[in-house]
Amino acid sequence: MGRFLIRRLLLAIPTLVLLAAVTFTVGRLAPGDPATHILGERATPESIARLRAEMGLDRPMGEQFLRYLAGLCRGDLGVSYYDGRPVLAILRETYPETLRLAGLAVLVSVLVGVPLGLLAAAYQDRWVDRAAMAVAVVGMSLPSFLLATLLLRWFAQGLGWVPVAYSGRPEELILPALALGLRPAALIARLTRASVLEALRQEYTRTALAKGASRARALLRHAFPNALVPVLTVIGVSTGYLLGGSFVIEKIFVIPGIGGLSVDCIIRRDYPVIQAVTLLGATAFVLVNLGVDLLYAVVDPRVRTAS
Amino acid sequence: MPWWTHGFGPRVKGAIAALDRLPAPLRRGATLAAAGVLLAMLLAAVLAPWLAPHPYQAQNLDARLLATAPGHPLGTDHLGRDVLSRLLYGARASFSVAAVVIGIELLFGLALGLLAGYFGRAVDAVIMRVADAMFAFPDILLAILITGILGPSLINVVIALALVGWPGMVRLVRGQVLVLKEREFVEAARALGGSHGRILLRHVLPNLAGPVLVAATVGTGSVILAEATLSFLGLGMQPPEPSWGSMIHEARHYLRHHPTLILWPSLMVAVAVTAFNFLGDGLRDWLDPRMRR
Repeated sequence: MGRFLIRRLLLAIPTLVLLAAVTFTVGRLAPGDPATHILGERATPESIARLRAEMGLDRPMGEQFLRYLAGLCRGDLGVSYYDGRPVLAILRETYPETLRLAGLAVLVSVLVGVPLGLLAAAYQDRWVDRAAMAVAVVGMSLPSFLLATLLLRWFAQGLGWVPVAYSGRPEELILPALALGLRPAALIARLTRASVLEALRQEYTRTALAKGASRARALLRHAFPNALVPVLTVIGVSTGYLLGGSFVIEKIFVIPGIGGLSVDCIIRRDYPVIQAVTLLGATAFVLVNLGVDLLYAVVDPRVRTAS
Repeated sequence: MPWWTHGFGPRVKGAIAALDRLPAPLRRGATLAAAGVLLAMLLAAVLAPWLAPHPYQAQNLDARLLATAPGHPLGTDHLGRDVLSRLLYGARASFSVAAVVIGIELLFGLALGLLAGYFGRAVDAVIMRVADAMFAFPDILLAILITGILGPSLINVVIALALVGWPGMVRLVRGQVLVLKEREFVEAARALGGSHGRILLRHVLPNLAGPVLVAATVGTGSVILAEATLSFLGLGMQPPEPSWGSMIHEARHYLRHHPTLILWPSLMVAVAVTAFNFLGDGLRDWLDPRMRR
């Protein structure tokens, strides 16, 4: 287990460097000179040249990339073109909001998806199954902006349950988390159903039933644990996506997270922040995938020996 | 691949493709319905200039935010523009973006996938490393980054979506080619002295058509959703031109009192995307008799 862990951790390093390389390259492709962006169009050529030298923009590309990497390791993500604040400070303010929302959304998706899928598998081809899967298909067919709009309309305005504008109270995250969590929930439900049904067909389940285990016990103790790997994958990957910020939901519910932030930054061409947000999202994605791989090894010993 | 897996990464997509099937009668009905709906939408998009009761940009500030009114079956927006006409022209934007993006994806996906799968070795390694690097990013995030750098416009949305989409197509094609090139008919063609070009174009390519067609159909749905999402964020179609996403974008301030403004374009997106998904599933069943259950 220890060796497996170390191997996987080491393998993640080149991926992370590659991510940094992509954001670095895209940042250099952005139109305009960073020094001019910061000083403004009316700055003298001398002061621009001085700032360029200070920022290392006159150095060779390779050296610039190494400096960029070194900066990343120190937490130096550059300075916003818009208000001159360090990007790290901006992320410190906004990312916790995204994290809270993502965490709640994952909770919603697991709490809704897994029981729904188990229920559908337990009553395969009966009306419970049909109803659960119909709900799942509809859940997956709704674009998030439609779902968010409907939820806002019914619950925030119609019934007056939650305020429309966000002020930071945790209960205000319930609707956005629902809007965000229902699609992964539907996916988790379908996948749980399918992989539990697969496990129910296996010999170990039949053996358990033959030895007198109840249907419920066969389902929960024998089939479900063996069906966990694909379910964990979806949970993990959806978590990875959610940690990158949810642009639509954060925008609709006016939550000051990195998703809404990056949309604003794109409109005002604040490249350092866009770069940092992308890198942050992609890094979270890679790390969550790494976590899921490690979790596999815990849940399923066969994974450990296979690699 | 079902469109709703868009944004869930290749690993999950694989798991879902293998596991998840709807019951057969439901699938058949859904496929037919989907084909009908899409045909109607496509016709409406093509015939928009003749079907639309008003020019899509015609403002009438005396008739703003109407629910329904004579001459405006679906009402008017905040500038008094006819919603039905804008929906019809919006369909043009959605369908043409999807067609161009999928066209580019097919071109690159087939060319690079055939090269990587058939020749293997260094060619394969280079192409697949680049594709893997693209996969490390959540795709909507990457599309937003690219549109962000290029600046908001519909053309840039097309570029961003094509850039994000090709690795998936390359993977699919490469995987199929790896299997196909070991088959007897390819070996026979080679034994008879067929050139690489001839084998690729005459023997491998035609056998790829099925899975690629399915992927393209379902991919069209994902592109429509992605375009709507980017336009909704203000990064795609710029006003006053309509696309379903930009209509939602403009309607977001009127949610409280005029919810239908946001509901109509959202529903169009939901219906189109779901229909492409069901159509793709149906095509897969039809092309692969083993899947008929």
